[in-house]
Amino acid sequence: MNKISIRRKLDSMSIVFITLGTLLLLFIFVPPLKTIFSSSPETLWNTLLEKDVYSSILLTISAALIATLVGLFLGVPLAYLLARHQFRGKRFIEAIIDVPIVIPHSAVGVALLFVFGANFLCGKIFHSIGIDFFRSLAGVVIAMMFVSIPFLIDSAKEGFKAVDVRLEKVARTLGASPWRAFFQISLPLAWKSIFSGLVLMWARGLSEFGAIVILAYYASFLGWNTKVLPVLVADRFDLGLDYTRPVAALAILISLIVFVALRSIAYKGEKA
Amino acid sequence: MIAIKNLKVDLGDFLLRDINLDIDSGEYFIVLGPTGAGKTVLLEAMAGLYPVLAGEVWIDGREITRLNPEKRGIGIVYQDQVLFPHLTVEENIAFGLKSRKCPKREVKAKVDTMAEIMGISHLLRRNSATLSGGEKQKVALARALVTEPRALLLDEPLSALDPESKEKMQRELREIHRRIKVTIIHVTHDFEEAVTLGHRVAVLNDGSIVQVGTIEEFLRHPSSEFVARFALSRNIFTGRAENSFVDIGGVKLRTITKSRGVVRLSLRPEDILISKEPLQSTARNSFQGVISDITDKGSIVYITVTLPPDFVCLITRQAFEELGLRRGARVWVTFKASAIHVF
Repeated sequence: MNKISIRRKLDSMSIVFITLGTLLLLFIFVPPLKTIFSSSPETLWNTLLEKDVYSSILLTISAALIATLVGLFLGVPLAYLLARHQFRGKRFIEAIIDVPIVIPHSAVGVALLFVFGANFLCGKIFHSIGIDFFRSLAGVVIAMMFVSIPFLIDSAKEGFKAVDVRLEKVARTLGASPWRAFFQISLPLAWKSIFSGLVLMWARGLSEFGAIVILAYYASFLGWNTKVLPVLVADRFDLGLDYTRPVAALAILISLIVFVALRSIAYKGEKA
Repeated sequence: MIAIKNLKVDLGDFLLRDINLDIDSGEYFIVLGPTGAGKTVLLEAMAGLYPVLAGEVWIDGREITRLNPEKRGIGIVYQDQVLFPHLTVEENIAFGLKSRKCPKREVKAKVDTMAEIMGISHLLRRNSATLSGGEKQKVALARALVTEPRALLLDEPLSALDPESKEKMQRELREIHRRIKVTIIHVTHDFEEAVTLGHRVAVLNDGSIVQVGTIEEFLRHPSSEFVARFALSRNIFTGRAENSFVDIGGVKLRTITKSRGVVRLSLRPEDILISKEPLQSTARNSFQGVISDITDKGSIVYITVTLPPDFVCLITRQAFEELGLRRGARVWVTFKASAIHVF
């Protein structure tokens, strides 16, 4: 329907808009593609076998995954509350949730250091159970979580809002506790939105640089001292463009592959 | 037995207030009211799904006003059924039993029995989203009834159905109620539904109950114009009363009222006789007019006779055909003074 009407009515406005849109798409698409293809597959493979690189990939992927799982556990209940209840100060809370999107991320790193650093209360509490945040996996995780949690909460909230509250009400009258109504009814029905929120959160976590470079420029991970991919890319850039190009290409490739895979899982779930 | 005492519920824009109802066990009770009267909220308050400001809800001699919904044993069926869309029909019906930790084998047996009673055994494996409106309604009823609730609340259960399924569902509701002696509270805006199904009726308007009584009491003595309109007393007039006559603008009706001054009165369409010649009878009101409209409802026919004003009369199809009535024909309308209800 739409295709036909566009083809028929190629007035001046449509032509201008299509041109502008095409330029923008090229702008988004060409640089990553060019980066990927500027290194030969052989170079990419050899780069991948460098210890610095594969340890970095592992660290980045696992830290983003942990951040996302912690986000799932803490963020989904909050999203549910915000979707279901009207209360004074709700707008304020919703604004707070979006704060990580607007603060400069290097400042986020400093801010986190001020709470989770070894000399501060929160840091001390965690230190007593063996978790330190400065230059550690845990530091990478909280940095990623801080900057990416809004994506999950917003998406999950919309998902819960789309579930008719009367489904929960009926479940309650049928003898279900609030827990059962949540886990059997609301959560499965909102799951698609929550899942796409998780994908976004994970992808955002993978690409974080600013907060991590302050809090955990390198992290000890599985016996390695390694850096997350975005930091590694920047590091290599100091050595020259030729050093950084294959690493950047790998970073782009890995993000894209995982992103596309997860999107298609979500899409399949939608069709079923 | 369900008792509601001085119930008060905040609806945002207005209040449900001074709600007092006593509903007997096994009764088919109707709550009648226009859209936006607070009917759904009344049901939700009874089921524990909507917070109550004041007042009490009792069931079988026990106060349940503050009890969680899952502990009340009150089932609810909404107008649009709200089946669990991610579950099959069978899983929908089994949901309540599983919530109540019913043993697996028993769940299966109970679901099968209930499906049989409702005539939906062939649908059990289906996805609930693919059912027709009538089928969904039966699944929703089965889902609630299988938990053996102490009361079943029906929120406009027939409004979303087409006329044919509606009539069928009405019969089935009556049959279900006869077989499973469950207390039913059914809210609707449709008086014909109330007449067909209910023992007693409460009329809800603007957040409070304006009349409670049997169907007969409603038809004979509507307590307000609002109720009268509902009661299909389509003849509602305003006039000036004096010495038991009411002048309604051109026509003086003989009534048995003792009121004076401006009054409203109602006259049921079925209390008016139509004839081609003046009738020799004891009825005190007889006027000649012209048929201005005929509404055919199948076995019954509504006829509007203009004097003026307009009188809506109800006669059987048989009488309609025997009299050979046509639009524009001159006829006599005759009714007793006692048939006029002045309020």
